Amino acid sequence: MDFLTLLDYLIRGLSLGSIYAIIALGYTMVYGIAKMLNFAHGDVIMVGGYICFFTMSGLSTSFAEGSLAAAVIPALAGVLLSMVVCTALGVVIEGLAYKPLRQAPSLAVLITAIGVSYFLQNAALLMWSSSPKVFSPIVGNGLLQVGPLSISYVTLVTIAACVVIMIVLTSFTGRTKLGKAMRAVSEDKGAAQLMGINVNRTISMTFAIGSALAAIAGVLLCSAYPTLTPTTGSMPGIKAFTAAVFGGIGSIPGALLGGLLLGIIEIFASAYISTQLSTAVVFGVLIIVLLVKPAGLLGKTVREKV
Amino acid sequence: MSKFQKEPVKLVPVPSTNKIPERDIDKSPILECRHLGIDFGGLAAVKDFNIAIGRTEIAGLIGPNGAGKTTVFNLLTKVYQPTRGTILLDGMDTNSMNTVQVNKAGIARTFQNIRLFNNLTVEDNVKLGLHNHIDCGMWSSIFRLPKYWSSEKKAREEAMELLSIFDMGYLAKFKASSLPYGAQRRLEIVRALATKPSLLLLDEPAAGMNPSETAELMETIVKIRDTFNIAILLIEHDMSLVMGICEGIAVLNFGQIIAKGTPDEIKNNPVVIEAYLGKQKEA
Repeated sequence: MDFLTLLDYLIRGLSLGSIYAIIALGYTMVYGIAKMLNFAHGDVIMVGGYICFFTMSGLSTSFAEGSLAAAVIPALAGVLLSMVVCTALGVVIEGLAYKPLRQAPSLAVLITAIGVSYFLQNAALLMWSSSPKVFSPIVGNGLLQVGPLSISYVTLVTIAACVVIMIVLTSFTGRTKLGKAMRAVSEDKGAAQLMGINVNRTISMTFAIGSALAAIAGVLLCSAYPTLTPTTGSMPGIKAFTAAVFGGIGSIPGALLGGLLLGIIEIFASAYISTQLSTAVVFGVLIIVLLVKPAGLLGKTVREKV
Repeated sequence: MSKFQKEPVKLVPVPSTNKIPERDIDKSPILECRHLGIDFGGLAAVKDFNIAIGRTEIAGLIGPNGAGKTTVFNLLTKVYQPTRGTILLDGMDTNSMNTVQVNKAGIARTFQNIRLFNNLTVEDNVKLGLHNHIDCGMWSSIFRLPKYWSSEKKAREEAMELLSIFDMGYLAKFKASSLPYGAQRRLEIVRALATKPSLLLLDEPAAGMNPSETAELMETIVKIRDTFNIAILLIEHDMSLVMGICEGIAVLNFGQIIAKGTPDEIKNNPVVIEAYLGKQKEA
């Protein structure tokens, strides 16, 4: 096992982990505030991927081959449009499917979320067919040579996107009135409402932010693994959910830590143990962690006051 | 000049002698309930509840456990929608309003069991009370536009000013859950005041306090009324507090008002004594 390969795997793990972390943020924020598991989150990723794909392939012919505009504009438009569409989709899903169930038992909401997930997958199947689309990475296929290491642009962009998102989100929840309102709602909806905080709007906003992140994750995921089908989002969605639980669901730094660790473990497991077993190893680690720390790595165990 | 109206603090309330509806200092009540009632299933938890509270009055709502006092607060803040009757806040019918709108219209409250945002700092708890008075949208927050900085600065100043009125400025950076019990109770009041209410509802503010803390709280409540010029309605079991600072008292038993009046009238009312102590045997 030489050091260079190890480093290479580590970088790849970080990149995959960054994608998981970005998806996990959506799960964890929604869980923290609405106390529900939004299983449709993975499928919003898929929608984001498709929107970006169609925007890019639609625009790619309108610019001269090889020009700077051809490299930048379709990709940028694709990312922005998929963010806009996914944000709208997230808000609509929340308003139509989850909002009427605000007072319902959590099991009803969970089943609805699974229903929404299947609805999105099948709608995508109807609209875009099951044949895989080949996604061209948003930043091209180039490699950056760092000494003996070669790192793809996609990897770099993914890690950078994750860092930027984490910084923006942490400062948003920690320092702005809307972010604090989100934290207040996640602690005590009733009290927040009585202080004049509009709980429904806060929940909608959380879904909007989570879905915008899902769009980014979708674009990054498809850039790294360039086949796009209606079920593309479901497995990464489940793994990111695992990452959120791993790090401590409801906690934003937890989602980052869980996502990164999960990505690294998965890449190392497939490199050093077996490609087929990598997912099994990931979930095995999750089970062990949850046995030792049931609230996840950064989750808080709530002690009942007697 | 400060945002909050300040007058010299009078620690002794002006004693008043009239009955509740007539006692209004400027004649128009801030809160009026007419035949208010709510049923839970078949049980009328509150029935035919009539009360009027003057603009700068400290009013008390007392009664045995389970009499429906907190239910009245929940009706006023629209946590429950009344089954019958009307609530007029400053002459405005609150029937179609929800909790958030009622808060914006001017009712703020504290809770029987403290419900602070425990993981947030003291300052942030107060800022959340100021939520609807901070003008800063999502985009300015995310991209840190100049509006974000100016609105945050204003919010911080207002929060600190409020905290300093209650000598809690030095606690601003502490987590709410780390405060001692009495300070948490006070913080809840500060947070409620931050929403700039015209009527403050205090649900058992003295619960769990020792006599000296209660005495301090009584001064604080009167100080709040005199500083902010607002009405206060409080639920309390501590009779020294209720009799000491309330200008009008309503007694609730089995969801119904059995007596209204000044502290002296209530103290000597045989119906009230019966509700609290049971019927006296005829000799």
